Amino acid sequence: MTMQLASTEIASRTAAIVQEMKGLEGPLLPILHGIQEEFGHVPQEALPVIADGLNLSRAEVYGVVTFYHDFRARPAGRHVLKLCQAEACQSMGSDAVAAKFKQLLGIGFHETTRDGSVTLEPVYCLGLCACSPSAMLDGEVIGRLDDEKIEEIAAEVRS
Amino acid sequence: MIPRIYIPGDSGALALGAEKVAKAIAKELADRGIEAKIVRNGSRGAYFLEPMVEVATANGRVAYGPVKPSDVKSLFDCGFLTGGHHKRWLGAPDKIPFLAKQTRLTFARCGINDPLSLDAYKSLGGLKGLQNAVAMAPADIVKQVTESGLRGRGGAGFPTGIKWKTVLDTAGDRKYIVCNADEGDSATFADRMIMEGDPFVLIEGMAIAGIATGATKGFVYIRSEYPHAVATMNKAVEVARKAGVLGVNVLGSPNTFDMEIRVGAGAYVCGEETSLLNSLEGKRGVVRAKPPLPAIQGLFGKPTVINNVISLASVPIIMDKGAAFYKDYGMGRSRGTIPIQIAGNVKHGGLFEAAFGMTLGEIVDDIGGGTASGRPVKAVQVGGPLGAYFPRALFDTPFDYEAFAAKDGLIGHAGITVFDDTADMLKQARFAMEFCAIESCGKCTPCRIGSTRGVETIDRLAAGIEPEKNLALVTDLCNTMKFGSLCALGGFTPYPVMSSITHFPEDFKPAPTRVAAE
Repeated sequence: MTMQLASTEIASRTAAIVQEMKGLEGPLLPILHGIQEEFGHVPQEALPVIADGLNLSRAEVYGVVTFYHDFRARPAGRHVLKLCQAEACQSMGSDAVAAKFKQLLGIGFHETTRDGSVTLEPVYCLGLCACSPSAMLDGEVIGRLDDEKIEEIAAEVRS
Repeated sequence: MIPRIYIPGDSGALALGAEKVAKAIAKELADRGIEAKIVRNGSRGAYFLEPMVEVATANGRVAYGPVKPSDVKSLFDCGFLTGGHHKRWLGAPDKIPFLAKQTRLTFARCGINDPLSLDAYKSLGGLKGLQNAVAMAPADIVKQVTESGLRGRGGAGFPTGIKWKTVLDTAGDRKYIVCNADEGDSATFADRMIMEGDPFVLIEGMAIAGIATGATKGFVYIRSEYPHAVATMNKAVEVARKAGVLGVNVLGSPNTFDMEIRVGAGAYVCGEETSLLNSLEGKRGVVRAKPPLPAIQGLFGKPTVINNVISLASVPIIMDKGAAFYKDYGMGRSRGTIPIQIAGNVKHGGLFEAAFGMTLGEIVDDIGGGTASGRPVKAVQVGGPLGAYFPRALFDTPFDYEAFAAKDGLIGHAGITVFDDTADMLKQARFAMEFCAIESCGKCTPCRIGSTRGVETIDRLAAGIEPEKNLALVTDLCNTMKFGSLCALGGFTPYPVMSSITHFPEDFKPAPTRVAAE
């Protein structure tokens, strides 16, 4: 994570992704997902390469990247913990769950712990509304969070 | 015969530990030297019983749930492979009251078998609708869907057949079928369940839509919060292609139809159809003004059918059993069945498919069994974050598009969130405005700015600052948002806000203690 990629490296890897997907109908979102998967975020250096490959202006690409919550401008922590904060989870105490995680991890939403171990994010619905309160840790779904599970997850991400 | 054990791979079941249970069962089988086949099925939707493990016995399936990894040893000791008794024993799954009381048309197969087995799909009546459709004239398919009375299950309730007819009647060198699987509303998971539990029914529905309208390409736009659904749909499309269900000759007919799975990027507003189309095109997910209708100028400016997952997944049974069969269920202008998703603070949460017409009270009290916390029900929000909060006094409202509209509410995607008496309705009203502010696409002013001003005004109400004036201001603001917004995000945010104010006025009364308590 600490290793900084050279901008030429980013440009060449981005160009390969653009080349692979530009034949799709409406290729920009699949390309951005591909880039985020490759680098863990969408680096600034990738934008002109995408714009060039798709014959768009840099402003158009920037506008799309910043519109969507999923695309990160900076890398996330080693773990990403998303806590559902939508109504069904609210009815089962998601506020308290969030407060507990914030206290245990010492960070707020949209923040990463200083050691880079975990990024905490709110999410508005994981479709686990009959198993509330719910969360997603690195793509794995977790339902019916209780104190025991919360402490277990906090310990796991900090280790 | 080697025993078959069914352990759900549905994300709801996984969230409750199904993977650990599967591992424990596999280990126990190995330790005991028993040969058995583990099938990862979808979920039947009774989430209060998940992870629900089933075994196929000589007398049919026997279910056990909710199974914890620590139960596994004793399950084997009790002879669960032959249906033996155990504290988690539930008996035949289709006799479990929550499931037995349902009318499963769209979800008839969901959760029974391996979702990626096309043979299993066919063995339970799958592909019959598509087989009928390939032998019919497009106009006749559209007529049948129109006559069934099927209305858009995404929330708007627009007649599906009429939409299809517009696309059929519009000339175009290329037409598209777009499936809206951006199921962002809290309390809804029906789309996710179908995609994870019976993906072929959606593929079949889309292929029928393609043949009916002359569209040759389909897209399923799935939200990124549903990685399991994305994975299952991708695999299912691959299987369908290999089997000739998709491709240049659908089921050996001269019809061409193929599809792609696309993934959203965390924008709630992309559940709105025109913003979804922009997103698919690779643009910011900004709402488009209508007209032109997507049916005339949709994806890439071409005639496009855009339907919700459940609308499309309901088409195969209509084409199989006929319009009259489907239309026979329901009430008034709401025909057929609706998968009601019972969620939040509720004892028996899950998916309950039933004909339209049950009352809200029956759903919450009889089926849902009241709150999970055991406290009295204070409010239920029907239709997701843009739906109204209903008090107990309105529990006699029948589940029907028009009946809910008459009570200043909406069915939406048929999700119901139950809240107990600890809920603070001012806080819920504030959240509705806050959510709208976070998710607004920014195109129209009432939504973009109104939502932020709404949060501020409700905050002043909470602080007891000029309560009467600020309450009037919120009401006026809601009126502006309702009638001045381009789409349902800004236009429907007033529903949860105003219903909270109307039905729970005591939560909006100045209370200095409230400020102190927070």
